[in-house]
Amino acid sequence: MSWPILSVITFLPIVGAVFIATLSDDEAGAGNARWVALWTTLITFAISLLLLWRFDPASADFQFLERRPWLGGAITYSMGVDGISLPFVVLTTALMPICIVASWTSIQSRVREYMIAFLVLETLMVGTFCALDLVLFYLFFEGGLIPMFLIIGVWGGPRRVYASFKFFLYTLLGSVLMLLAIMAMYWDAGTTDIPTLLHHAFPRSLQTWAWFAFLASFAVKMPMWPVHTWLPDAHVEAPTAGSVILAAILLKMGGYGFLRFSLPMFPEASQQLAPLIYVLSVVAIIYTSLVALMQEDVKKLIAYSSVAHMGFVTMGLFAVTAQGIAGGIFQMISHGIVSAALFLCVGVIYDRMHTREIAAYGGLVNRMPIYAFAFMVFTLANVGLPGTSGFVGEFLTLIGTFRVNNWVATLATIGTILSAAYALWLYRKVIFGKLEKPSLFNIRDIGWREMTILAPLVALTIFFGVYPKPVLDLSAASVTQMIDNYQHALAPVKAAEARVVR
Amino acid sequence: MNAAPNFSALLPLAPEIALGLGAMALLMLGAYRDERVVRLVDGLSIALLVLAGVVLLMLPSGKLTSFGGSFVVDDFARFLKILALIGSAVAIALSLDYAKRERQQRFEYSVLIVLSTIGMMMLISAADLIALYLGLELMSLPLYVVAASHRDSLRSTEAGLKYFVLGALSSGMLLYGASLVYGFTGTVSFAGIAKAAGDGGIGLIFGIVFLFAGFCFKVSAVPFHMWTPDVYEGAPTPVTAFFAAAPKVAGIAMFVRAAVMAFPSITSQWQQIVVFVAIASMALGSFAAIGQRNIKRLMAYSSIGHMGFALIGLAAGTAEGVQGVLVYMAIYVSMTLGVFAVILSMRRSTGMVESIDQLAGLARTNPTMAFLLAMLLFSMAGVPPLAGFFAKFYVFLAAIKAGLYILSVIGVLASVVGAYYYLAIIKIMYFDEPAEGFYAMPNELKLVLAVCGLFNILFFLYPGPLVGVASAAAHSLF
Repeated sequence: MSWPILSVITFLPIVGAVFIATLSDDEAGAGNARWVALWTTLITFAISLLLLWRFDPASADFQFLERRPWLGGAITYSMGVDGISLPFVVLTTALMPICIVASWTSIQSRVREYMIAFLVLETLMVGTFCALDLVLFYLFFEGGLIPMFLIIGVWGGPRRVYASFKFFLYTLLGSVLMLLAIMAMYWDAGTTDIPTLLHHAFPRSLQTWAWFAFLASFAVKMPMWPVHTWLPDAHVEAPTAGSVILAAILLKMGGYGFLRFSLPMFPEASQQLAPLIYVLSVVAIIYTSLVALMQEDVKKLIAYSSVAHMGFVTMGLFAVTAQGIAGGIFQMISHGIVSAALFLCVGVIYDRMHTREIAAYGGLVNRMPIYAFAFMVFTLANVGLPGTSGFVGEFLTLIGTFRVNNWVATLATIGTILSAAYALWLYRKVIFGKLEKPSLFNIRDIGWREMTILAPLVALTIFFGVYPKPVLDLSAASVTQMIDNYQHALAPVKAAEARVVR
Repeated sequence: MNAAPNFSALLPLAPEIALGLGAMALLMLGAYRDERVVRLVDGLSIALLVLAGVVLLMLPSGKLTSFGGSFVVDDFARFLKILALIGSAVAIALSLDYAKRERQQRFEYSVLIVLSTIGMMMLISAADLIALYLGLELMSLPLYVVAASHRDSLRSTEAGLKYFVLGALSSGMLLYGASLVYGFTGTVSFAGIAKAAGDGGIGLIFGIVFLFAGFCFKVSAVPFHMWTPDVYEGAPTPVTAFFAAAPKVAGIAMFVRAAVMAFPSITSQWQQIVVFVAIASMALGSFAAIGQRNIKRLMAYSSIGHMGFALIGLAAGTAEGVQGVLVYMAIYVSMTLGVFAVILSMRRSTGMVESIDQLAGLARTNPTMAFLLAMLLFSMAGVPPLAGFFAKFYVFLAAIKAGLYILSVIGVLASVVGAYYYLAIIKIMYFDEPAEGFYAMPNELKLVLAVCGLFNILFFLYPGPLVGVASAAAHSLF
């Protein structure tokens, strides 16, 4: 290890952004900005593949460690990845070039600023997953609000101001409480170094309070019912690429947070409060699926289905079984691919028709067969059909949960039926039927640019559906170690309970 | 006994003496050469402030005292004095263009600022109640005058008068409190009070309450904030910029030094007052600013809120807390001066404008200015990775350590409410359709905005030095 590969991946996009800022503010500058952004994200992606290749999946430890003094004292700049964070890093870097290409023609105003905002956002997202210091994590985690606020607010739809404010303030409100918990943890453990904190036994009362504070932040980010209401607004108003990033990456930060902090650092609180998470998850799965059934806006429907799918993730994670956690991680990666692809699909027809109303479409299969095929793959993955990546995640989380709590798993299964209902209903309304609307008579099928971005996603969806092993293997060692630590931390508590019962 | 005057005992006062002599020389220069030398006087005033800073840094290190312990130069004083000098010097720089445009070129202006700065330096170093009062009045009297310096403008004279009357009232309260403290402890020196205070007693507590009321007035903390919006709005804009930075630094300095040095044994008593003041200031600063359309009034409420946050550090009553206050003030000064550089360049053919709606679409008409202002506003809202986040981070870190959980929770919630109005300005700049552009910024404003903006954006890269110096400064008080 001679060069700091994680810092390079994290900060390379900023370098691209600075370069774009120097370009001229005219048509040529806009064109150059697109190319610079694309190349920056592609190179970043290539380096992250190198990271993937050099990563040792057999080890559960953090790898590619970097550490530098930063805030003085015990708060350092420290980076590293393990099997839990690496998949998210690669997911982020992989989706960014796709987002840039998806915005190639649909963004025409203030292109330079748009590309800068996306590249800065990439830095902050990658940094969130790589940070091995709580304060550094918080810095990246919260910093992402600024570019996303601008992306929604400047390039969004008609109600963009409302949506951007709601997004920003909601998320900030949750996060500031987490910041206080981070400070309390710092004074208790004397450090904010994550690997150290993972093995630090926090006192019981602090665990509970800190657990709730972290919940406030991650539940909003995830989002969990009942704090999910910012998501449909933000999704509907955001430009296509903004929705993609929001659904595919930003939501995963919540799940990653639960996995990285709440479970291993506060095991006793997690154990005790898991039923709360189960209830919220099940409500999210069933309720938001029902809400999704009633939507008239394509993006809103997908947004609500995201909330439901994230319900599976939280349920699986807090089951703390090997299947549940592996399933939760897999579900997040799979949802990252599938929801991103679905929003891209919506973007394709939105670019042509400038409406997202389901009723405005119908019979697209007649004019757009390739599009219909791609959309079908993603719809089925969203439903969780075996053979697509969506199935593996849902199935694993369900069996993981079933081992712990039958009722929760049973109720959650109802959600999969509902998800089939709304997803297939959407597909039928938009794609099948007679091509009756005059406005659709001349609609074009997807072009080569759209093909380039959708094809890899179709391939990945099916590949991971039939062969999920690469993702599962990547995180297996880290997950196993995490569960061991979790059970180990709980052992004295369980023993004490057993004594009381006797 | 006819001892030669012992000049070496005056060494700790060298910066103040330099400023005083310089101010008098500049006054003479201005009085004899009148209007023609205004720019020269302005330039020399800035040079004088810089010189005082250099002299201050060249003083021997460690704790120096003079006048029998009434005047202390420790790391705490050094830190805040440098900050106050920077604030004053930048405030003069910010006024240059304005004075020329508005035909308000008077040499007295910068001399008054220098005189006020001497008062601030005195205040920051004051280690007994008499020195504190002297410094306070020396700081305040020129402030009353400069607030009314637009003597033909109704708003400006009203602001000056209001400030003077309320300021006099607060000085009276402070004096009353000081006399009570003296009466119950028998001494005016902070060290003596600390020894005599014991575990308090009702009379001493009474004195502390009045004393703190006077402090709160100077830092414009709730419930003694009423003058702030009116004075900020009425005073000429460069004067507002000055008010918002340096005097706040001095006010916080006296607040912290008096509380920590004079009453360490009854921390739990005065802590309650500071906690209440901090909560009230944060809440009022956050909620009352939402409805404001005038950017100067908005900045007034914003500064009330910021003082609330800074006081959280004092409420903790520990070295970490004071460190948090110092970091907060340093970053606050940089944010405020940067924002005022923008406010001072909100100028069209129709003259200066002050409504935030006039910023509409600034991101198109002047992207650089809009970007830097947006970053400063995000910084004020406390969003990472900008400097304002670290400011809040350190005060809350101290508050959590001191077990002030309720205060911290209310504080962070207030910061979210406060974020709303900062976002509202960013929304106007970035999301709204462009209005007519402003005139080009004068160079000195450009420089101030660029330096403050970049400091706030890049602070996270290398926060160590400021934090380390603040830590050393805070420990010099304990």
